Amino acid sequence: MAEKVFTSCTNCGPVSVYVKDGEVVRIRPLQVEENDYSPWTIKAGDQEYTSPKKMALSPFVHGERQRLYSDERIKYPMKRVDFDVNGERNPQNRGKSSYVRISWDEALDTIAGEITRIQDKYGQSAVTGMTSSHHNWGNVGYKMGPFSRFFNMIGYTQVFDNPDSWEGWHWGATHTYGFFWRLGMPEPYDTLGDALQNTEMIVFWSNDPDSTRGTYTGQESSIWRYWLKQKGVEMVFIDPFFNYTAAAMGGKWIRPRMGTDAALAMGIAHVWITEGTYDKDYLETHTIGFEEFKKYILGEEDGQPKTPEWASEESTVPVRVIKALARQWASKTTILSGGSRGGEGGACRTAFGTEWARMMVLLQAMQGLGKPGVSIWGTTMGAPYNASIWFPGYADLDGRMSASKAADHIPQNPVKQKLYRLTLPDAVLDPPVSWYGEGFCGQALEQQYSHFTYPMEGCSEVKMFYRYGGSFLGTMIDTNKWVRMYQSDKLEFVVNQDCWYQGETKFADIILPACTQLERDDVGEWGAAGGYTVDASCGCNNRVLIRQQKCIEPLWESKSDYEIFTLLAEKLGRKEEYTEGKSELDWARAFFEISDVPKYISWEEFDKKGYFMFPIPDDYKPTPSLRWFYEGRECDTPDLNNPKRLTEKSKELGTVSGKIEFVSQSLTENFPDDEERPPMVRYIKSWEGHHTKELFSKYPLALLSPHPRFSFHTHYDKHTAWLNEIPGHRIMKDGYAYWPVRINPVDAETRGINNGDVVRMYNDRGQVLGVAKVTERVKPGVIHSYVSSSKYDPIEPGKPNSVDRGGCISLLTPSRMVSKNVPGMAPLSCLIEVSKWEG
Amino acid sequence: MTTYGMLIDIDRCTGCYNCFLSCKDEYCGNNYEGYSAPQPEFNQYWMDIREIERGKYPKVKVDYIPIPCMQCKNAPCEKAALDGAVYRREDGIVMIDPVKAKGQNQIVTACPYRVIFWNEELELPQKCTFCAHGLDHGWKMPRCVEACPVDALVFGDLDDPNSEISKLKDSGKYERLNSEYALNTRVQYLNLPKRFIAGEVVLADQPDECAEGVTVSLKQDDKAVSTSTTNVYGDFEFDGLKKNVEYTVVVEKKGYGSVECVANTRVDVNLGEIELRPE
Repeated sequence: MAEKVFTSCTNCGPVSVYVKDGEVVRIRPLQVEENDYSPWTIKAGDQEYTSPKKMALSPFVHGERQRLYSDERIKYPMKRVDFDVNGERNPQNRGKSSYVRISWDEALDTIAGEITRIQDKYGQSAVTGMTSSHHNWGNVGYKMGPFSRFFNMIGYTQVFDNPDSWEGWHWGATHTYGFFWRLGMPEPYDTLGDALQNTEMIVFWSNDPDSTRGTYTGQESSIWRYWLKQKGVEMVFIDPFFNYTAAAMGGKWIRPRMGTDAALAMGIAHVWITEGTYDKDYLETHTIGFEEFKKYILGEEDGQPKTPEWASEESTVPVRVIKALARQWASKTTILSGGSRGGEGGACRTAFGTEWARMMVLLQAMQGLGKPGVSIWGTTMGAPYNASIWFPGYADLDGRMSASKAADHIPQNPVKQKLYRLTLPDAVLDPPVSWYGEGFCGQALEQQYSHFTYPMEGCSEVKMFYRYGGSFLGTMIDTNKWVRMYQSDKLEFVVNQDCWYQGETKFADIILPACTQLERDDVGEWGAAGGYTVDASCGCNNRVLIRQQKCIEPLWESKSDYEIFTLLAEKLGRKEEYTEGKSELDWARAFFEISDVPKYISWEEFDKKGYFMFPIPDDYKPTPSLRWFYEGRECDTPDLNNPKRLTEKSKELGTVSGKIEFVSQSLTENFPDDEERPPMVRYIKSWEGHHTKELFSKYPLALLSPHPRFSFHTHYDKHTAWLNEIPGHRIMKDGYAYWPVRINPVDAETRGINNGDVVRMYNDRGQVLGVAKVTERVKPGVIHSYVSSSKYDPIEPGKPNSVDRGGCISLLTPSRMVSKNVPGMAPLSCLIEVSKWEG
Repeated sequence: MTTYGMLIDIDRCTGCYNCFLSCKDEYCGNNYEGYSAPQPEFNQYWMDIREIERGKYPKVKVDYIPIPCMQCKNAPCEKAALDGAVYRREDGIVMIDPVKAKGQNQIVTACPYRVIFWNEELELPQKCTFCAHGLDHGWKMPRCVEACPVDALVFGDLDDPNSEISKLKDSGKYERLNSEYALNTRVQYLNLPKRFIAGEVVLADQPDECAEGVTVSLKQDDKAVSTSTTNVYGDFEFDGLKKNVEYTVVVEKKGYGSVECVANTRVDVNLGEIELRPE
């Protein structure tokens, strides 16, 4: 086999790439020399658990070769046929018209010319741009690098990302236990060892870790859950869908009506309070406001005791099951697994989803959060982990070429005006818009209270939209609005730059072909997000840094994002300022040099070998998450961004009081009269659910749309056709790969739907086709269909509200926010109807 | 001597499809001369996954059975092939010669496991080779085994008593898929799904308390097969039952009239709520 082997890293695992005659022929999990591993062992009773010497990739990564050569790659610069930069632009035809190939020169001249024209005419703020997440791995090429460096340099209206996927934890749980520097999710350290050593039961609440995989860490944690199962740890799954983790683990399946999880949680609290099965001493010393909470639960405040009977009425979970769960939970050492990283989970992506997330923290507080075996743990992070060797993650300021000390100079964006991703279409179509919160509010709780209005005084409305990636039709909310936005003549010029064609790509005037991570040089640590998820690579069994080598030349006429922005900067006369004379390889080396890794391996050796395995010390001392808080000690975890750590307040949590707050001091101060996110947690009936009678009678099915199992958000879907043969991902019918629509046999029968039928999901917002999978795994009254189809395939292209064959269920989900001061999306509060499609 | 085999533990498998996809990566478009012609991009599954949903809402189970070539010692494909187009290597791997097998469609139909696929374009029967081309170049295991995150697939030398696969086999619980074919397969399984009978016991006088600790017995032809008690939720389950058997489930609690239910394991059975009334 005369092949050359390169190393690289994907979103979900490191790989060895085999190249023959300039063509990738095989991609395997990173091949590591046996004695480079630095294994750990956890002793639990008479059992020992040792880290596997292998790299467990997510499934789709095995399709990377097919994705690389996919026909769905954007191969050449393209121009919309009826776009004339000097004449008729025909914005109304975006999404409908076809494209013609143009030269790089023409494309770059047009874009540079439009940047200059628009900024000269309207000011710098008239240009905006936005990236999708996760399109490739590596510090150099990541979206926060080349894109941000370029746009900060030229000045633009930044679009805030919304914290998407963990809304309730970000906007709610932070007010109970802090961790705003982790956007509401708990510190993950040594939770695996704690679970193996001390835990008797795990309640997976709205969590399917075998599918969501801790975001970036592949299937490294699957073996942990097998160990726990083998050990006899009891498992409970609370989810309207019998999810894949439940299928693998077994245990008790509890199925609340969607949007009522907070009521179920309160029913549990009621049992504990009335039966006295909670940790009174802990509540006394570690929390504030419990007495007020107790009054609310017992109905002394609003006349409605939150009894199991009441909770059952809301949630449909039988009274006896609520009681039994509450008693089992209180009598056993129990982990609450509320979403993949501890805090996430669809139940927090609902109307008033803040209240469920707050209840999750409060329930564990009632059982002594931080006590051995009592954690909030998604089961996907928390392996023994050497945090003492620093390498910047892609989201760390030092990990981005736009902000890193690895750069000689850092361009600053002079434009103060902001947009917010979730309201971007409204901002373009129907300004002004305003909202609270600076997107990811990871610096301070107060960031949640900043108020923004677009357009900002003295700034222009945006006229140019530079879109990098194209996923939002499949991932955002009520996304027919995005179709309308793109067709607005208020957007004079739209660019899309991506590796593959996605839902939004063909709404652009100019399309640019970017290359993948396999076609350029980079460096990256597996799983290391950095930023607000510091030490995320403790979700891997082995911490590894990869020299992402350029395996092949960019395919067709694609170029790396860095090269594209370099060329644009050159057209604008600012090449030197942009590049500092650095190539991508130079940047990779610069990131390496500012890290701690050179203490262990030279650049030359690392560059040649392709990877570096971080050693674990022989005398590794675990510091389990929140044990310090439970024991009243100073924080001893390596949680870098905890602002109280290493200060005189280091025994405190990140709340105002430093304790777990049943009544939030921060909300009391800032939004005392907010009835939708009150200072103390409440159960509030959904604005779209079984209580909204009129809507519910028209659309009686609740749409459950979790993150997908066989693709990474929109990535790999559509571009990796092998996945179409996995029946849980897409279902082939008459030669077309449809999105699966899971429906209970009872609901299917009343609608005359058979397994394998093409069906239409619809409501007033949109219409989406899929193939019915009639299954016992979904609760009656619920439709399960994943979010994140990459394929937007309207039957009538260019027409908002067209029936979509691709499976973009985001066309159906509401654009109403979690609550009035909580600008998070609530796609799991979505009512629909389903019928057989005869079209 | 070396005889390669694979042991697949269904209890470990989480249905991630890593084996399925890594197989495609290895073979789609790749020619391994003397071993295998390229696998077409679609419609061939040299490592297939049979996904099985069992039971009725809400007592459901999902199992995945990964199915590669079974590497039979008495391989029907070998017998069906002409000109030695199918042969067994010294290490036991059954190979289809990608040159000699051209046009021999009967090789496909000879396989009762349906793991041989017909390549229309090349007029060739094709199947899993245990990645023989890789093993001959120093690989320790086929791609599917390497990709498995939970060691549900174990590969090794059945002739070596110290190999992991031999030790696992010594547990004695392994079995073959469709053992009635009697083909002495070198791919074997642990924890293949059987049938289950499950239900929930409810007390008529205390419907809001779960009926924990109720005795539930399983009988076949009036003989006791198994006894269990309900868990904290009042749930019970008998798993690992034979197929197509008529069982009787007897639910008994002191002070309550006992209830008998009949369950036939043609399929997995959820008896639903079984109500006990006070005597």
